[in-house]
Amino acid sequence: MGELKLMKGNEAIAEAAIREGVDAYFGYPITPQSEVLEYLMAEQPEKRTGMVVLQAESELAAINMVYGAAAVGKKVLTTSSSPGISLYQEGISYIAGAELPCVIANVVRGGPGLGTIQPSQADYFQTVKGGGHGDYKLFTLAPSSVQEMADFVSLGFEIAFKYRTPVMILSDGMIGQMMEKVELKEQKPRWTDEEIKKMHDKWATIGKTPDRERNIITSLNLDSAIQEKHNHKLQAKFRKMEAEEVRYELFNTDDAEYLMVAYGSSARIAQKSIALARAKGIKVGLLRPITLFPFPEKPLADLTPQLKGILSVELSAGQMIEDVKLAVQCKVRVEHYGRFGGMIHSPEEVLTAFEQTFIGK
Amino acid sequence: MKLQEIIKEENLVYKRTPLMTDNVLSYCPGCGHGTAHRIVMEVIEEMGVQDDTIGIAPVGCSVLAYDFMNIDMVQAAHGRAPAVATGIKRTWPDKFVFTYQGDGDLAAIGTAETIHACNRGENITIIFINNGIYGMTGGQMAPTTIEGMKTSTSPYGRDLQLMGNPLKITELVAQLPGTYFVARHSVHNPAAVRKTKRAVQKAFQIQKERKGLAFIEIVSNCNSGWKLPPVKANQWMVENMFPFFPPGDIKVDGELVKKE
Ligand SMILES: Cc1ncc(C[n+]2csc(CCOP(=O)(O)OP(=O)(O)O)c2C)c(N)n1
Ligand code: SF4
Repeated sequence: MGELKLMKGNEAIAEAAIREGVDAYFGYPITPQSEVLEYLMAEQPEKRTGMVVLQAESELAAINMVYGAAAVGKKVLTTSSSPGISLYQEGISYIAGAELPCVIANVVRGGPGLGTIQPSQADYFQTVKGGGHGDYKLFTLAPSSVQEMADFVSLGFEIAFKYRTPVMILSDGMIGQMMEKVELKEQKPRWTDEEIKKMHDKWATIGKTPDRERNIITSLNLDSAIQEKHNHKLQAKFRKMEAEEVRYELFNTDDAEYLMVAYGSSARIAQKSIALARAKGIKVGLLRPITLFPFPEKPLADLTPQLKGILSVELSAGQMIEDVKLAVQCKVRVEHYGRFGGMIHSPEEVLTAFEQTFIGK
Repeated sequence: MKLQEIIKEENLVYKRTPLMTDNVLSYCPGCGHGTAHRIVMEVIEEMGVQDDTIGIAPVGCSVLAYDFMNIDMVQAAHGRAPAVATGIKRTWPDKFVFTYQGDGDLAAIGTAETIHACNRGENITIIFINNGIYGMTGGQMAPTTIEGMKTSTSPYGRDLQLMGNPLKITELVAQLPGTYFVARHSVHNPAAVRKTKRAVQKAFQIQKERKGLAFIEIVSNCNSGWKLPPVKANQWMVENMFPFFPPGDIKVDGELVKKE
């Protein structure tokens, strides 16, 4: 068993990054995720593992520092919150286009605009529908506990390097700020320069040695025929993720007549609502998507025949509901419930909304 | 004497550096970009550091620098090359890292990245091509467009009241404690090319000695954007750009050069 600690979600990401052997973190302060940079600066990981930590002058700079470090085969992490993530979008599109690995966490707050510093899940569209320009998909992990904030750092890098793609950890102000018990992994050594050379010399711009052609990291192809081919290659990667990387969790679905679909902090709340409903004899279950892209379409479609209704519970005006509807193809009624703009629904509010929608009380 | 007798190693006065690829340059005939590329590649070859050098191409006419420079290259988003260079240099300090940027890239959209990389004293080299215009997008006004200069977005000449002042970003970064060597040169004749090359050599030497950031501005032409034939463009540059952007060292060994 690893070391047990009581930590905030934001601190857990930071500590997990050091232990994962991450090479660099670049970021810019923004509530509710500033603890990541603060924790790293206090912890001085350059002394523990040699990890580089730098406070950038802006999110524009931070995401492009990430692009640079990723281009030389290093494990690089950045975190921000909604307005900052909006500034990341050009960079994320470049990273996806140039096929670079990195992990980005968004500790989402309410919007639009400067919005609020309270938790929200209103960045779903921006994250999974392509917030930046061009045809790309962002592999997205949605943690619903402090433990998963830590665990998804390792999982994120595994996926990022397997597919050479940016990975988003889509968290929110509640998961980032709340404290829970977390089991931390053993310290992994950082990759040595020789190891990086061995693993990534095919593509990384780590210096052209006489034995190979020069490596170029770019997303530009002025010849549209080549650009189309490149896009096909990216699409093939996204299809492979859809086939092989879907992750989700089911609660009380065996006998369920109704289903809630919720991720992240909303899934925690929905779980409690389901317990309240079950106590009243209502057979409700929960599907918690862990990957938002790729979305657990098939498990949802498989459950559909036994269902009378689905409630998509999100801290937004209804975004994920679109993917839920696509998955069930109009075979069952799908409705949305959620507070937003930084407000958080209670388990009772969710249950009441559910009953009013589907039971008719 | 027969030609064959002359072609001997000891008679060699000039050869093309193998660090330039065989690809035909995409630049307009007479454009300074090609010469500036060659100078940087020659310096890297002469220092023997090509295996450990990473170049950052900007957005601008030199976006395709990686087609011509035979080293590992990264293409950066518009203006962000100094941030990309920071990400590389910080995680791999033994590598030589340089950015190659136009004036729109470095002094307009990328001003913050330029100033902060310089101010942090990132141990990188910045090659800054100032042609007073946006070449790539068809000749719009740049932050460095001088007063009265006509571009497609200042068709009656740059009006300072309306469009603001041209930016001397090189003088500005020279004020910052993180810059160790700041100089302005040009590539319009052989003497200027030699001076520029010496400055670029010095810049990479400073990076090798980890003394801080070296920033070399190359005042250059854009015959297509300026709508002048190459020779006239160079004349125009000497007569009009040099008075506002005077060539010479601006900061040496971390000290501002005193102008008498
Ligand atoms: C974010 C963004 N904005 C605008 C552009 C369009 N753009 C491409 S090149 C360029 C100007 C480049 O001019 P400069 O840096 O002076 O280089 P030059 O072409 O003159 O060498 C612009 C505005 C872009 N590619 N990306
Ligand atoms: S447009 Fe101007 S800067 Fe671009 S290649 Fe032509 S002359 Fe050079």
